[in-house]
Amino acid sequence: MSDIARPPLPGLPSGRAGGVLATYGVWIAAAVVLAVLPHVFASGLALTAMCLMGTMIIFALSYNMLLGQTGLLSFGQAVFFGLGGFLTVHAMNVAESGGVPLPLAVFPLFGGVAGLAFGVIFGAVSTRRAGTAFAMITLGVAELVSSSALILRHFFGGEEGVTTDRTGLVHLFGLTFGPQIQVYYLIAVWCFVSAAAMYALTCTPFGRICNAVRDNPERAGFIGYDTQTVRFISFSLSGLFAGIAGGLAAINFEIMNAAQLGLAQSGTVILMTYIGGVGDFVGPIIGAILVTYLQVALSDVTDVWQLYFGLLFIGMVIFVPDGIAGLLARQRPLLLARQLHRVAPFYALALVPGLAAITGLSMMIEMTNQLAVHVSDGPAMAFLYVPFDADAPLPWLVAATLLAAGTWLFLRAARAARHAYDEALAASRARGRGP
Amino acid sequence: MTSPAPALELIGLRKKFGAMEIIRGVNLAIPSGERHAVIGPNGAGKSTLFHLVSGRYRPSGGSIRLRGEDIAGKAPQLIYRRGLSRSFQVTNIFPRLSVWENVRCATLWSMGYKYSFWRNVERLADARRRTEEILAEINLLDRWRLPAGMLTYAEQRALEIGLAIAGNADILLLDEPTAGMSRAETERVVSLIRRVSEKRTLLMIEHDMGVVFDLADRISVLVYGEVIASDTPKRVKANAAVQQAYLGIEVA
Repeated sequence: MSDIARPPLPGLPSGRAGGVLATYGVWIAAAVVLAVLPHVFASGLALTAMCLMGTMIIFALSYNMLLGQTGLLSFGQAVFFGLGGFLTVHAMNVAESGGVPLPLAVFPLFGGVAGLAFGVIFGAVSTRRAGTAFAMITLGVAELVSSSALILRHFFGGEEGVTTDRTGLVHLFGLTFGPQIQVYYLIAVWCFVSAAAMYALTCTPFGRICNAVRDNPERAGFIGYDTQTVRFISFSLSGLFAGIAGGLAAINFEIMNAAQLGLAQSGTVILMTYIGGVGDFVGPIIGAILVTYLQVALSDVTDVWQLYFGLLFIGMVIFVPDGIAGLLARQRPLLLARQLHRVAPFYALALVPGLAAITGLSMMIEMTNQLAVHVSDGPAMAFLYVPFDADAPLPWLVAATLLAAGTWLFLRAARAARHAYDEALAASRARGRGP
Repeated sequence: MTSPAPALELIGLRKKFGAMEIIRGVNLAIPSGERHAVIGPNGAGKSTLFHLVSGRYRPSGGSIRLRGEDIAGKAPQLIYRRGLSRSFQVTNIFPRLSVWENVRCATLWSMGYKYSFWRNVERLADARRRTEEILAEINLLDRWRLPAGMLTYAEQRALEIGLAIAGNADILLLDEPTAGMSRAETERVVSLIRRVSEKRTLLMIEHDMGVVFDLADRISVLVYGEVIASDTPKRVKANAAVQQAYLGIEVA
């Protein structure tokens, strides 16, 4: 045992990674995807959705610096998003009226600086405690700021908010930022830079110590670190990036209002981060894209879309607590050992009854909605393009059957899939020694 | 450095939990470079004493001097930064971090990287080298990639010592480093402790008398929060009060 214990040990972290492609391959690919996307999804709706996604990716990543990296559950992340947005709007208005020659592209920086400054102020208070006390303080700060937003009408613009005009600034390289596509590329660049910066942060001594504090704050003290300082820096930097996201949102919408810094917005970012997965850097990215997509797509189809969100969130927390990224990460060893084909059929087998159960459930929700909310429209409705009466017994029977049978079959298939996964994992371990 | 003050000195140290006084006026001076063992029956307050010295608990009275400087009631990280590092009796590691990351995190402060958020941690060659050395020292090099929470009990105990020694502190507190280990593992840990404590001051709690008499230059016997004897192993063994209170049961 002791003989192999001298270098060169295969696989020890080498300090210097291989080629440029190995190190930056993912980032180059991400940049290419960001550049090409608006040409693939060229519709106005898609462009709007993608602008929103880019903003939310930064926001969710900034939140995960706290939740996933440092183990801090904050209920007030939107405070920094909103304040960053307001500062950006005011900075733009001042620049426009005063003729300050600054191009639009740099204005998210005002949001970032505001986020950082308020992160420092509120962080100095809230990061004195960890755990539940920290969570409660952030909740208090969130309430404080949202109520101030309605009192300080001059700055926050009351219920209507404050508007701005993104086209009125200096036009660098002829960019007016009138067309949405130009705003898309502005957001894409900021999203890329911010994500890269936040990723780089996880690879620094500070980033690793954040993880240590998350895992075991007590021991962190006994290796020299003041956990309060770690939390404080993490909180402040998180505010910086949330502020940048808010600045981009302000540029995108050309309006900022109190709702953007409220508890609902803070809840949304928790939802995104959690659904995507807190344990992995890409988790919040996946979550931001998925939740934004659902917000846009679902709100188009049904007016009780928030109900589906709640159900999705509960379902994720119960069944997939490490989120979509965690689910994907668990397939990685199988993929590397070429064992994925052994479990894929089981996943497909679970998917069919799962979808049936969801169909049954949403049918019941929509029928209830039709009977309870849309009383004046009568019972006639359509679900998945099939017309029927919501007060007839047959649709209810169909829905209940779908839900019950689907759930039962899904649970059985899920158990089989889990079994197949364990076997495939054992097989991959046997093939390529070690996890 | 040439200060004549002992590496660690406890003067009239007291700790109360409510009405219960666990540490009842402990006086102890450990000169620089000594290997000192604290023994005593269960509930004597040995771990409490360690918690006081390392800053986990705040003393109710008395003082703790680290090379002459009073550190009583200071936060753990401040005591650590003055050159005192410790291990725990109940394994206290970073369970989700890899073995490698556990040890590297424990090297970072002493290497001066502190809260640095502008350097790539993978490029810190000195931290890497030190991490590798420590892992070789505690025999966990081939487990470096594993999350620390997945190590076996004995491996976690080894990592626990690794975290304590990674920062190169010159005063080392080890709380039952061989607890729950097999004979062979104990021997390996003893030789490890002997090696790492060569140019350092060592204070350890240990139940295994073989280990204590093997390693310690001096032994203090703690009974009901008081040091009833503090002497060389030979004299402690011969001490009647000690025999009655403790050794009689364990060694006879």
